[in-house]
Amino acid sequence: MSKQDKFRQQVKSFYNVIVVSFVLVLIIGVLGITYMMDPSAFSFKGDTPNSEVISTTREDDDWDKIENGIHLRTGFKDGEGLMTVVNNCTNCHSAQLVIQNRMSEERWIETIRWMQKTQNLWDLGPNEKIIVNYLVTNYPPKSKGRREALTNIEWFPLEE
Amino acid sequence: MKRRNFVKKTSLGSLAGILGLDIVYGAKIPENYTLLGLQDPDPFQMFHKDKEMVVLNSKPWNMEAVAHLLDDRITPSKYMFIRNNGLVPENIDVKEWTITFDGESIKEKKTFTLEELKSKFAHHTYQLTIECGGNGRSEFDPPAKGNQWTIGAIGCATWTGVRLKDVLKDVGIKDDAVYIGYHAADQHLSRDPNKEPISRGVPISKAMMDETLLAFKMNGEDIPLVHGYPLRLVCGGWPASTSGKWVNRISVRNIVHDGEKMTGTSYKVPCNPIAPGEEVKDEDMCIIESMPVKSLITYPKSGAMIPKGKKLNIRGHAWAGELEISKVSYSIDFGATWSECLLEKPANRLAWQHFKASIGFPKSGYYEVWARATDSNGVSQPMLLPGWNPKGYLNNACHRIAIKVS
Repeated sequence: MSKQDKFRQQVKSFYNVIVVSFVLVLIIGVLGITYMMDPSAFSFKGDTPNSEVISTTREDDDWDKIENGIHLRTGFKDGEGLMTVVNNCTNCHSAQLVIQNRMSEERWIETIRWMQKTQNLWDLGPNEKIIVNYLVTNYPPKSKGRREALTNIEWFPLEE
Repeated sequence: MKRRNFVKKTSLGSLAGILGLDIVYGAKIPENYTLLGLQDPDPFQMFHKDKEMVVLNSKPWNMEAVAHLLDDRITPSKYMFIRNNGLVPENIDVKEWTITFDGESIKEKKTFTLEELKSKFAHHTYQLTIECGGNGRSEFDPPAKGNQWTIGAIGCATWTGVRLKDVLKDVGIKDDAVYIGYHAADQHLSRDPNKEPISRGVPISKAMMDETLLAFKMNGEDIPLVHGYPLRLVCGGWPASTSGKWVNRISVRNIVHDGEKMTGTSYKVPCNPIAPGEEVKDEDMCIIESMPVKSLITYPKSGAMIPKGKKLNIRGHAWAGELEISKVSYSIDFGATWSECLLEKPANRLAWQHFKASIGFPKSGYYEVWARATDSNGVSQPMLLPGWNPKGYLNNACHRIAIKVS
């Protein structure tokens, strides 16, 4: 009998361990999911300063500040697809190389293909359309003819 | 605000890309702090350039002069244009620097230290014109792809080094040698160590010319880092891309060198003339060799105002790739009439030549002074843009300055 009791007790304690483990896993799981949904759920707002407050009070240091329609860090014009262009097109070369150029949709795509073929540019996936659209909208070709007139002449009296 | 955080994180990623390494503790960077590696480096200070030079691109570094900065007879370093395809090498150990000669058409592979190269072969100094193949690209219509050079990707410094032909003769090359191709220490923009940013070259006939140097001095001093320290190839009169910087290997090839930027459309123009914007197949493109006839008015700066009755003294330089300049003319009536300038002989073959003129104006008003050079084959610069080509090379249209007489 006492042997049977002992066995029953063992089963019971084993059962308890399983229940406790299950509850623990459940709690961790719920916490984990909550964190995944909203990483700020466990930051205690009273203790830690909110980063949003700092970045808005120090406008000068905004990493992606836009002034007069220009993205200051890169010089790109503000427009639909700006950040996609910044994140995909300024890793290897500067934005200046893009801004200097004026191309049609066809030739921008050709340039992207060339970079993918020879310069280690990755597959842009659905971003390609966004990027090309941004470029042809903001940096379209301008007709210059066979020779342009001299412009932006800074006049000065010549002393000799 | 979530979006801002997301953007911040992604820009940390691209930031890592810029610096080429992961930023340890990246998440802990204080909001107001700019990483040292990201603080805009001052290229003028970094490369000892004049503040009036124009930066076209900061990655890779590309910088050009404006016309009046190129007034010196020998271009000082501070006015010399910068053209890079990749990243300027860092931490160069000049004591450890070697140059290796290899390739199908070399008899036996051979390596020299810089000291060996300098002590074994005779030194020669030449003033050599180096112009970027894409100089003037900004004027093409439809626009051509690449850095939009205006007129300033040209310079004519003195270069001191050993003749490439002396070294090739010492190493020993086979009869089937066709081309030489250089390899260098600069890094590809993607930092992929298996990629070369540029590896171009010249036919054996150009490699064997007296003026083709493996140079270690520019204007009598060590070549500045950004111009190829400690050793560069100098092929005067040819596209500057053939004058490889930071050279550490030369391959003697039994085929036209097929290194980076030798193939496809790079440094090539259509073999036959095409209409602006027309498509050209790769196999119909021909490698640019000698650069075309060109000139630049370097004094005065465009925009000079002079009193009526006073003469205007102009001066500048003219060059014609492998050829000499036979004549430089100027016009103040948009090409209706031309007058000849006083032209000097070159300091040596492949050096630019200086011209000057004293101009009188018939009445007050707005003028443009146009300069037009003619080479020893009788070929002159066009006043309009020359033949369109997909990459916008070889724009040798006349240079002009604006003048007001009042």
